[in-house]
Amino acid sequence: MSHSIDYTAPQPLRPSLPPDAAALPTAHPPSSVRPSRWPARLDLLQSLSGLLLALFLIAHMAFVSTILISPQAFYTVARFFEGAWLLGRPYPVLVSLVAASIMALLMLHAWLAMRKFPAGFRQYRAFIAHKNRLQHGDTSLWWLQVWTGFLLFFLASIHLYDMLSQPELIGPYASADRVWSGGLWPLYLLLLFSVELHGGIGLYRLAVKWGLFGGKTRARLHLARHAFSAFFITLGLVTLLAYIDLGREHAPRAGERYQPPSTSASHHH
Amino acid sequence: MISIFRRPASSPPPRRLTLDILRYNPAEPERAPTLQAFTIDEAEGMTLFIALNEIRAHQDPSLQFDFVCRAGICGSCAMLVDGRPALACRTLTRDLNSHITLAPLPFFELIGDLSVNTGQWMRGTAERLQTWIHAVDRVSIDEIEAPMAPELAEAIYELDRCIECGCCIAACGTAQMRPDFVGAVGLNKIARFRLDPRDQRSDEDFYELIGDDSGVFGCMSLLGCHDVCPKQLSLQTQIAFLRRKMARLGFD
Repeated sequence: MSHSIDYTAPQPLRPSLPPDAAALPTAHPPSSVRPSRWPARLDLLQSLSGLLLALFLIAHMAFVSTILISPQAFYTVARFFEGAWLLGRPYPVLVSLVAASIMALLMLHAWLAMRKFPAGFRQYRAFIAHKNRLQHGDTSLWWLQVWTGFLLFFLASIHLYDMLSQPELIGPYASADRVWSGGLWPLYLLLLFSVELHGGIGLYRLAVKWGLFGGKTRARLHLARHAFSAFFITLGLVTLLAYIDLGREHAPRAGERYQPPSTSASHHH
Repeated sequence: MISIFRRPASSPPPRRLTLDILRYNPAEPERAPTLQAFTIDEAEGMTLFIALNEIRAHQDPSLQFDFVCRAGICGSCAMLVDGRPALACRTLTRDLNSHITLAPLPFFELIGDLSVNTGQWMRGTAERLQTWIHAVDRVSIDEIEAPMAPELAEAIYELDRCIECGCCIAACGTAQMRPDFVGAVGLNKIARFRLDPRDQRSDEDFYELIGDDSGVFGCMSLLGCHDVCPKQLSLQTQIAFLRRKMARLGFD
């Protein structure tokens, strides 16, 4: 009876520093040979950019899902971000600015997180063999995080460029038309799963990586991670369905903008 | 009823265990690695270490595996048990299925069959991370040593329980991809010497040793190390602590 087992060939031994290089008494090295501070900064920046993106994700879902209350509610939220309440008239360019900042943050996070991806075939194969052999939850989760992160390079960029280039087309009908008549609902569906899984795992890993809630909270953090992903995927699906519904209904008049009931007479164009 | 008055149940026949053991001798590279199956009868309280010795004594004297202490202290008998790093002497067969697969720890130099050379890697890591007391002040052996608070001594001892078995490295996804990563065993040692007041190195000095991607910032927090550590060291807490301390240095 034969069983297959993933066996990695033994690694060659690495040379180590000679011990005498280390045995000197430890005065501070002169500042010219001070080790670079950038690994520390980049590590913190990777976590911080991820945290900011996750917070944005939560807020974003809260705003988008106001369509479930009513088209009017979403209309109010969309207009709010164009700043008419503050600047007298709406400036969609404010939305572009937000989209551009998120895009920049996404690029920074992607660049930093990419450093952890397996580089080259040897690393790729080594990790897969390890993951399949160990059957360990957090190790397998990281693989999911890598792939959802990779997908997000593309999915999130498409969505962000859309918002950046056409910030005025955010509203109950304009958004619903984009989802249905514009044919973007498959993108949003894929984006929703990728981003909520990636964000949930990422927040969990932030907590264990920095030891944010002490050492013995991992089971509860996992529970919170499941709850996060499940809640936002469900809310996202229901919200996407609402836009699809509205988009199908509005398809014959696709392109026509939503007019709030109170101002429809005065602002009609 | 009080259970002591019950007639003892007739003991069931012992389980037949099948151990699939990866056989390979680097000195004979022409013979490809194979899984060889051995069957033995399970005994009361049997550990994998006992099972392996039985196989070597009665079935195949050429089977290579390491052990010294039989009590989870020497760290020699670490191996992959059904894919998971563990100490053979601390693994009871009753906690496993009757079909068990054994393989040598990955990452380390293979000596043969289940025997790997963890020592050479551990020594290299100790030299690279300078895991010994660095004192500038001269110690006078004529004076009484400075006392240490019992709590501190306990805390140092807790981290000193590491037996360098290599399980954490074998369970580390980062180390599999990037063999220059110091791993949990290395970071735990730094945490231990950082705690020790006799070691006069500052965080600045420790940053020089672990302040990059082959050190603490390379850790991706997959926590394989924490979950397999046979000594139940709280590696997650130690690595997170070091990460906070070292990250702080990035901003001064």
